[in-house]
Amino acid sequence: MVEVNLWSGLRALADGHETVEVDGSTVGEVLTGLAAAYPGLKDAIDAGVSMAVDGRIIASGLTEPIKPDSEVYLLQQLKGG
Amino acid sequence: MPKDDVKTENFRFVGTRPNRPDGLDKVTGRAKFGADASAPGMLHGAIVRSPHAHARIISIDTSKAEALKGVKAVVTRADFATDVTGENWNVLENVMASDTALYDGHAVAAIAANSALVARDAIKLVEITYEVLPHVTDVDAAMADGAPVIRAGTADKSVPAGLHPNVVRYHDSGHGDVEAGFAEADLVIKDHFRTEATHQGYIEPHACLGMLGGDGKGELWCTTQGHWNVQKICSALLGLETSQLRVTASEIGGGFGGKTTVFIEPVALALSRKANRPVKLVMTRSEVFRASGPTSSTSMDVKIGMKKDGTITAAEGVFRLQGGAFPGAPMEMTAMCAFAPYALKNVHQVGYDVMANRPKQAAYRAPGSPMAAFAVESVIDELCGQLGLDPIDVRLKNASKEGTKASYGPRFGRIGLVETLEAAKAHPHYSAPLKPGQGRGISCGFWFNFGGETSVSLALSMDGSVQLMVGTPDIGGSRASLALMAAEELGIPYENIRTTIADTASLGYNEVSHGSRVTYASGLATIEAARDTIKKLCARAAAKWGIDADAVSWEDGCAVPSGPNAGDFDPLPIAKIAASMGRTGGPIVGHYEATPEGAGVSFATHIVDAEVDPETGKTGIVRYTVVQDAGKAVHPAYVEGQFQGGAAQGIGWALNEEYIYGADGRLQNDVFLDYRIPVASDLPMIDTVIVEVPNPGHPYGVRGVGETSICPPLAAVANAVSAAAGVRLHELPMSPPRILEALEKQRDG
Repeated sequence: MVEVNLWSGLRALADGHETVEVDGSTVGEVLTGLAAAYPGLKDAIDAGVSMAVDGRIIASGLTEPIKPDSEVYLLQQLKGG
Repeated sequence: MPKDDVKTENFRFVGTRPNRPDGLDKVTGRAKFGADASAPGMLHGAIVRSPHAHARIISIDTSKAEALKGVKAVVTRADFATDVTGENWNVLENVMASDTALYDGHAVAAIAANSALVARDAIKLVEITYEVLPHVTDVDAAMADGAPVIRAGTADKSVPAGLHPNVVRYHDSGHGDVEAGFAEADLVIKDHFRTEATHQGYIEPHACLGMLGGDGKGELWCTTQGHWNVQKICSALLGLETSQLRVTASEIGGGFGGKTTVFIEPVALALSRKANRPVKLVMTRSEVFRASGPTSSTSMDVKIGMKKDGTITAAEGVFRLQGGAFPGAPMEMTAMCAFAPYALKNVHQVGYDVMANRPKQAAYRAPGSPMAAFAVESVIDELCGQLGLDPIDVRLKNASKEGTKASYGPRFGRIGLVETLEAAKAHPHYSAPLKPGQGRGISCGFWFNFGGETSVSLALSMDGSVQLMVGTPDIGGSRASLALMAAEELGIPYENIRTTIADTASLGYNEVSHGSRVTYASGLATIEAARDTIKKLCARAAAKWGIDADAVSWEDGCAVPSGPNAGDFDPLPIAKIAASMGRTGGPIVGHYEATPEGAGVSFATHIVDAEVDPETGKTGIVRYTVVQDAGKAVHPAYVEGQFQGGAAQGIGWALNEEYIYGADGRLQNDVFLDYRIPVASDLPMIDTVIVEVPNPGHPYGVRGVGETSICPPLAAVANAVSAAAGVRLHELPMSPPRILEALEKQRDG
């Protein structure tokens, strides 16, 4: 299981949890697991999110690996100028 | 990428300052920009724009315009696709209004005619009946009870109940207990800040030449930061199959984020499809101001607690961003960047995305971050002043480092904020005496940087020179830096490599040139494409020598036996392998396609000296120093240029630039005469210090540098003005009237 930290604005959509645990060994699997476990998160995930895995920000890559003990934060989608 | 795999020294080409490859073209006028294209039978387009800030479109009568001699086509929203959803729908609605004009300058119809003059005459003949609606252009007013609703039902699920329908997205993040943190502080300061919308101010207006036939096949030439994105959006808005539209990026006369989307390109294609002729569209400067994508304006509250020793105990920020009549103001970036430079146990940040009757905001260098830094770094400066602490020492004491839990959540990897602060403190500027009437300001700034889809191809010519094809428009010197990286890997001179920005039919998808991603992501792809090429070159040498490919190495532009056991062969130069490649297996091309995800975040520290004339309120910038972590400066002169450019634009944002709307909701300063960007005589020579803390996510340690340089200047200048004038300004721009008003208020007690 991977522990995923949610930004505060998402917690209401995940039964009030600050962190949730889902199965997955890649960014894509974890996002799929999140949407399955907490359907309220699906719209936010579909709208585009980034993920920080052990401090490395994954802007969009679904195949990036995640270890069970990785520090994982869901972040709003990054854009630049 | 493990740190050991990052090359940090013994570079032969990287780190040098060769001539820019586009220099001669640009100084001789040979470079072809957006408006420089033409085609046989070409028509000229012009766009009918709303004179109202908010108005229902009752009817559009184009008959008189169509009857004008020379008019060949008229389009309205009815000429675009109807099955468009999501963000593409927002873009289409911005490109051509459907039933409501949402801001002054909103496109309502367009005309193509034999000449630009006829087209401009014809748009005056389009008769539109409007029902004028109440409007709102101010961010706080747009959130207030009773404000006109821009579009009901736009808000997403993140928005808490009870907020005005113009609040369409919400962000909330942080950690710890801020109230407990404030209770620990010896001094707590809370202040309110506002910034006006500014424009990127690129000198080249939006311009394009579109050709689209009834068979759905099209060609588009345009000035853009990302032609694959243009291809994708235009195809969706016009109902085309994406690959049938080929887009070529022109030379670009500045973008800074403002050319990451489309405004006129789908209109040119729609006109062309209707007229069955090529159509050229070029925005006037007034149209650029009124109807392209300026920044958000903001309203912000920041509260920070500090102990007497300079330790920050808690920080809290509320950031309200107005992004025009559409969702998308980058409030989450503002919130996440706000406190990122500091290691905070207790931090809380909230963001609101607010719609108002203004043009759809677009990115502008580190979108959202400079405003946050203005508010946060102003409060830190005020705390330092009241507690009698050195502003750099306080920032060093609280600085984020590797392993720090960022204000937005995760722990930082290897970062260089401390190094920039130490370099700033050691710089002669920081200890130089000030003259009477002058003040010194300090600020830090943070930006994320970005990777994105990237595709690069590297082809060998028969003489051993190299064609490097990338898909990221060169907005800041990337052709030079990419050629340097290719030269480094291949061991051939920089001058033997020509970098070309390929069109959408020539490479795989490339994300827009944004997020300071090009030198990082296209650079990484160039290095990998060069390594792929080298493998093929070594294989040709191995075949010639009759040894295993593994027994061949690449050194200084030549294939060589990798050791004494590999055999005794003379080095085989790249030119010799290339000369015979047709007979030894065919053309040699290396390529690489990926979405690199290792863009390292970036920090900067700026020092600025300002003097304020108490009689006129005019601020002069007398000295400016930028210190920024570049990871590795591939072409240091370009890196310095990026540092200076960000500082210059930030100075303009801080002191003079602003969108001024009248009570009627119309933009009042839509030309450069009235919208004052800094010119050379407004600026001192901006000094630069390049700090190099390698990014572990790039083979050479490169971090993006294009955006971070605009994060600190708003606050640094505000802090310098505050020190010089003896009064704190909370609203940008700090224009002479605003400074005079603040001084008068202070005098009046």
